[in-house]
Amino acid sequence: MTDNKSEDVIPITVEFSGGLEMLFSNKRKHNLSIPRNDDSGAASNIAFLVSYLCQNVMKDPRKNLFVLDETVRPGILVLINDADWELEGEDKYEIQRGDNILFVSTLHGG
Amino acid sequence: MPPSICALCNTNRALILRPKNHQKLCKPCFLRTFETEIHHTITSHHLFHRGERIAIGASGGKDSTVLASVLKTLNERYDYGVELLLLSIDEGIKGYRDDSLETVKRNAKQYDMPLTILGYEELYGWTMDQVVEQVGKKGNCTYCGVFRRQALDRGAARLGVQHVVTGHNADDVAETVLMNLLRGDLPRLSRTTSIITSTPSLTPPPPPSSSPPSSSSSTCHTNIKRSKPLKYAYEKEIVLYAHHKNLDYFSTECLYSPEAFRGSARALIKNLERIRPSAILDVVRSGEDMAKLVPGGNEACGNGCTGQTIVADEGEGGCGSANGRSSGGEMASMEMQLVMNETAVEYGLEVEITSGSLEYQTHNSQMSMLGPLVNGKKGQRPKGPAPTLRKAPRQTMGQCKRCGYLSSQDICKACVLLEGLNKSRPKNSIEISSAVKEPQESQTISATTSIQRLDLGAE
Repeated sequence: MTDNKSEDVIPITVEFSGGLEMLFSNKRKHNLSIPRNDDSGAASNIAFLVSYLCQNVMKDPRKNLFVLDETVRPGILVLINDADWELEGEDKYEIQRGDNILFVSTLHGG
Repeated sequence: MPPSICALCNTNRALILRPKNHQKLCKPCFLRTFETEIHHTITSHHLFHRGERIAIGASGGKDSTVLASVLKTLNERYDYGVELLLLSIDEGIKGYRDDSLETVKRNAKQYDMPLTILGYEELYGWTMDQVVEQVGKKGNCTYCGVFRRQALDRGAARLGVQHVVTGHNADDVAETVLMNLLRGDLPRLSRTTSIITSTPSLTPPPPPSSSPPSSSSSTCHTNIKRSKPLKYAYEKEIVLYAHHKNLDYFSTECLYSPEAFRGSARALIKNLERIRPSAILDVVRSGEDMAKLVPGGNEACGNGCTGQTIVADEGEGGCGSANGRSSGGEMASMEMQLVMNETAVEYGLEVEITSGSLEYQTHNSQMSMLGPLVNGKKGQRPKGPAPTLRKAPRQTMGQCKRCGYLSSQDICKACVLLEGLNKSRPKNSIEISSAVKEPQESQTISATTSIQRLDLGAE
């Protein structure tokens, strides 16, 4: 599983804004290579990406500011290549090579 | 999933799913629709009139940035003939407001609007950093909220502007409706659901005065109108508008109330939205309908307001980060409050209030208790008999005897808080249970006792 051969990973860009970047090392844009398949062998989808981000990218211990009840916390918008994830199948969307996934929080103030 | 096509132009790929009606729109159609709806809110409520100078309460956050951008667009597109200015309040919180003020300064250039920044320090002689040093992190949101509301009015008066628009959105209003329902505060429900409120406030005294709320001798009063053009706009769409228009905004959490959204009415609203997105506007509309049923709701309206205009109360608004969004964790604190009230009724105890917004019911009695016991440091306190105890539960608007600001009390909240600060002693730690319906005298005794106790403790 930790074997990162190029055909086993897909390169994607993940961005955080609206205050979420504070939870991800104050960095807005992350270029990542995520496993092509999840532990059960299914194609990686947004649900997998979210747990992957929590385990591998997020250093802040306050996971529940990003995830609640095993999904993205209500109030955080997810855009897949600029489209609302609700138009793309929400967390069932299978991630494609080169995808841009943006998480925007609406919860933080000005 | 096959890509969806925009429901309006039938050409472009849809990127936005509208929460209010599930309409799928492409980016240009969404931007246009969003702007047009704000235009309809403005025209159908007659928010603006030609020649009006309007100050936008700007924090650098998403709501006020989108508001400034949309109003500029609409003013040009539909020729409203209004003059737009930016007005920012600097609470004086290092590492928090400095960055967002930089954003406002950029916005002022981008939108070609003059910017005025007014600080708590200049207005009240206290920065929030100093307030927190004095009172601690608990309860400081009360100070910030009370100071903020007056600050925008005072700023507007200084600019000679009669109208302030704020970025309150549908989610904010829905949250307020829920909170006021839970509190059972029907008069405030009526005030906060109104799209226009007005606060008679100070016009600037001739020389720029930097002293804390100054004496009312040299000032006259004028109505400052407040309105919320984004009242029917979903927070989600505001954020999407900012994203798709590449607007420059700043998101942050107040250092003194981090993660305020957890366990709050806000979280409930967001959970409702996840299940049924139209719920937010439904709550807003329900709030408006209930407000109409409040007996005498419009009688609370003081001098000079007409029609749907309702006088806003000074306590409106809490945590500053979103122009009056509540400080969060309120449902939990409310529950605790109710339990404590019951206990207090049982044992005849006074109650410590943790949520500042709950405090106003007991304000009358508290004030008259404190009157004879304290002396203002700055000597601005009018000598004479202590303010009389007023029993009227309904607010009647008058002026603060000290600073002239519109207030239902003899002395406005800001002056009470300031006096406490200036005496190096927070007032908010003492309260009397509002649930106790006792003869006034016994209330007096219990409050006086607790103050004396506090005096001893302070020494």
